[in-house]
Amino acid sequence: MKTELMSANYAAARAVMSARVEVVPAYPITPATTVPEQIALLNETGQWPGQFIRVESEHSAMFACIGASSTGARTFTATSSNGLLLMDEGLHWAAAARLPIVLANINRSVSPSWNIHVTHDDSMSKATTGWIQFYVSSVDEFYHTLIQAFKLAEDERVLMPVMINADGFVLSHTLSTYDYLEPEEVDKFLPPYKPPHWVMDPENPVSHGNIVFPEHYMEFRYAMHEGTHNAMKVYEEIEREYKKLFGKYFGGPIDCYKCDDAEVVFTSQGSVAAEAKDAIDELREEGYKVGNARMRMIRPFPVDRIRELGSRVKGFASLDRSVSYGYGGPVASDIRATMYNTKHRPIIKSYIGGLGGRDMTVLDIKEVILDTVKAVENGETGSEETWHDLR
Amino acid sequence: MVATKDMPLKEYVLKGNAACAGCQDMVALRHAHKALEGNVIQVVPACCTSVVQGLWPKSGLGIPVLNTAFPAAAATASGVRAALAAKGKDDTMVMVWAGDGGTFDIGLQALSGAFERRTDFLYVCYNNQVYSNTGTQRSGGTPLHAKTTTTWLGKKEPEKLLDFIVAMHEPVYQATANTAYPRDLYDKFMKAKEIRGPKFIHIFLPCPQAWNYPVEKGVELGKLAVETGYWIQWERIGTEFTLGRQSKRFQDPEKRKPIEEFLKMQGRFSHLFRPERQDAKIQELEDYIQYRWDLLMKTLA
Ligand SMILES: Cc1ncc(C[n+]2csc(CCOP(=O)(O)OP(=O)(O)O)c2C)c(N)n1
Ligand code: SF4
Ligand SMILES: [Mg+2]
Repeated sequence: MKTELMSANYAAARAVMSARVEVVPAYPITPATTVPEQIALLNETGQWPGQFIRVESEHSAMFACIGASSTGARTFTATSSNGLLLMDEGLHWAAAARLPIVLANINRSVSPSWNIHVTHDDSMSKATTGWIQFYVSSVDEFYHTLIQAFKLAEDERVLMPVMINADGFVLSHTLSTYDYLEPEEVDKFLPPYKPPHWVMDPENPVSHGNIVFPEHYMEFRYAMHEGTHNAMKVYEEIEREYKKLFGKYFGGPIDCYKCDDAEVVFTSQGSVAAEAKDAIDELREEGYKVGNARMRMIRPFPVDRIRELGSRVKGFASLDRSVSYGYGGPVASDIRATMYNTKHRPIIKSYIGGLGGRDMTVLDIKEVILDTVKAVENGETGSEETWHDLR
Repeated sequence: MVATKDMPLKEYVLKGNAACAGCQDMVALRHAHKALEGNVIQVVPACCTSVVQGLWPKSGLGIPVLNTAFPAAAATASGVRAALAAKGKDDTMVMVWAGDGGTFDIGLQALSGAFERRTDFLYVCYNNQVYSNTGTQRSGGTPLHAKTTTTWLGKKEPEKLLDFIVAMHEPVYQATANTAYPRDLYDKFMKAKEIRGPKFIHIFLPCPQAWNYPVEKGVELGKLAVETGYWIQWERIGTEFTLGRQSKRFQDPEKRKPIEEFLKMQGRFSHLFRPERQDAKIQELEDYIQYRWDLLMKTLA
């Protein structure tokens, strides 16, 4: 393991090399653009020996991934925002075809208006596709979770595509030190991809994707659901192995900080969740029993972990950098739904904030947490949803 | 031209598949695969060919088939080719088998991208001039005056001149074919098999369901298309153009049969003859034939 100073996008390009990815089709979009740019350079200079396809759209990027993965190659792509939305047909296709494609989504606001900064609406709108979804908070976590993602996606019990989300600019363009692995080191962890289900091969001709009538369609969908569900357990095994081999561990599906005796926990996704640690430290110093639950995985949803936390705490302050328009914060809604079928009734407050890249500082996060602390003290839920810093 | 007795006996299009009676797509697939002899991965976007394979878990085609989304055939094929290259399996043919809708319309961007990238694959457009799979809606390949379920009174625009669009991408091999001439079609796939780079074969393919003609008349109709000059058989290797021997005679307008003979057989043009004859519209179709001949001979030949 070596250390270098890099942005998340360059680290992603290195992950492609480290994991011996065979095919990368990609199309530029800010802020993901430097991922394909760097992969192209690694390819042209012979450092990465794979096949780079300079496709003419993101729709084609995802379908080229589908073609390559169906032919047994390890595949990766990167995109953002409108690019992810243009891939939609392919995202559903990849999941239903059970193809272990890994995608780095550099979260960016969806247009209009044009805004290249972070909002999680792009990836949150894909939560029902079957894709496993992670949100990361640092360059180091991004790089290593990408490598873990291939093993997770390719596991026979899972066989589902994985999307790793990283906040645009905050991570994608900000230099940070991180530790990386040489391909020879990763080999110990990640064997070459061998499709265990079906593959395009003239030696053994099969047809994939022809017509399935109602009497079988549901069973295929159930199998997908199971695959995504299984990712929770399989990821635990993967993290254990990764920790043993490389000493890296990022906290499972929910990375908890000072949650053991906490009365109120703050949940969030992405870079805010790293900032929140400082907010927690300051609030602790001020005497509040608060903790930080950094949501790393939102599909499959970490139901057991939330229920376990929810059985101990009095309140959740749940921040979404995204909105399901007409209802509310998507992750806050999932946390509420998760707690409903238990006897525990913590107050679950939903906050919407940081849209369009608006800063969520330590002060903002403290304000959000204290609002929930107050609700817990008063025993009154108050407004179900708060748009933080709405002018 | 190959003698029928010299074509491989092995069948890759299997009996009992789900195609309509008289489906010319089966004729095209059958002879194409006899030429390719199994060393192929076939990519199929949404179209009749995704249906004729039949129901899972069986398949009516004895070759690897990757079904894909309607706009995505050429992109999917690019991925297949890249995976084969990554694995060093360069001798396998990657072939798209797409309808006119998946080629002229929704798949055109992906096609253009894949050709510009000089992807080593064969793109086959089987042109039944309509969206058959979804029940006969007009496509960019539907001819002038043809009735469809989105042009009930006849299409007002002539078809897109796709061959020219493709030619401007400078494929290494480009040909038109017609299921009425299966041995010629076989030969063209044999040639395409030997050439590396982006290749395109455009097949004229009568569809009894959508064109509304008796199922046994497909071959007759295919021949009439050539004999009236409506469909031109040609081939281009690099920039070397050859007019097909079936079409040569009909370069001379005098030798062509009147377009009426082709139109009259099809229900989709019945309004040109009943309740009364639409001479002006028939003439428009006739004139358009010469226009296309001139354009072809001037630009590609
Ligand atoms: C994105 C998308 N839009 C629409 C459809 C519906 N659809 C499926 S096949 C088809 C028409 C296919 O026409 P063509 O390519 O000419 O093939 P044919 O059915 O004639 O063989 C349409 C409109 C689809 N599957 N996907
Ligand atoms: S609708 Fe036409 S092209 Fe489609 S299967 Fe039937 S005959 Fe063949
Ligand atoms: Mg058609």
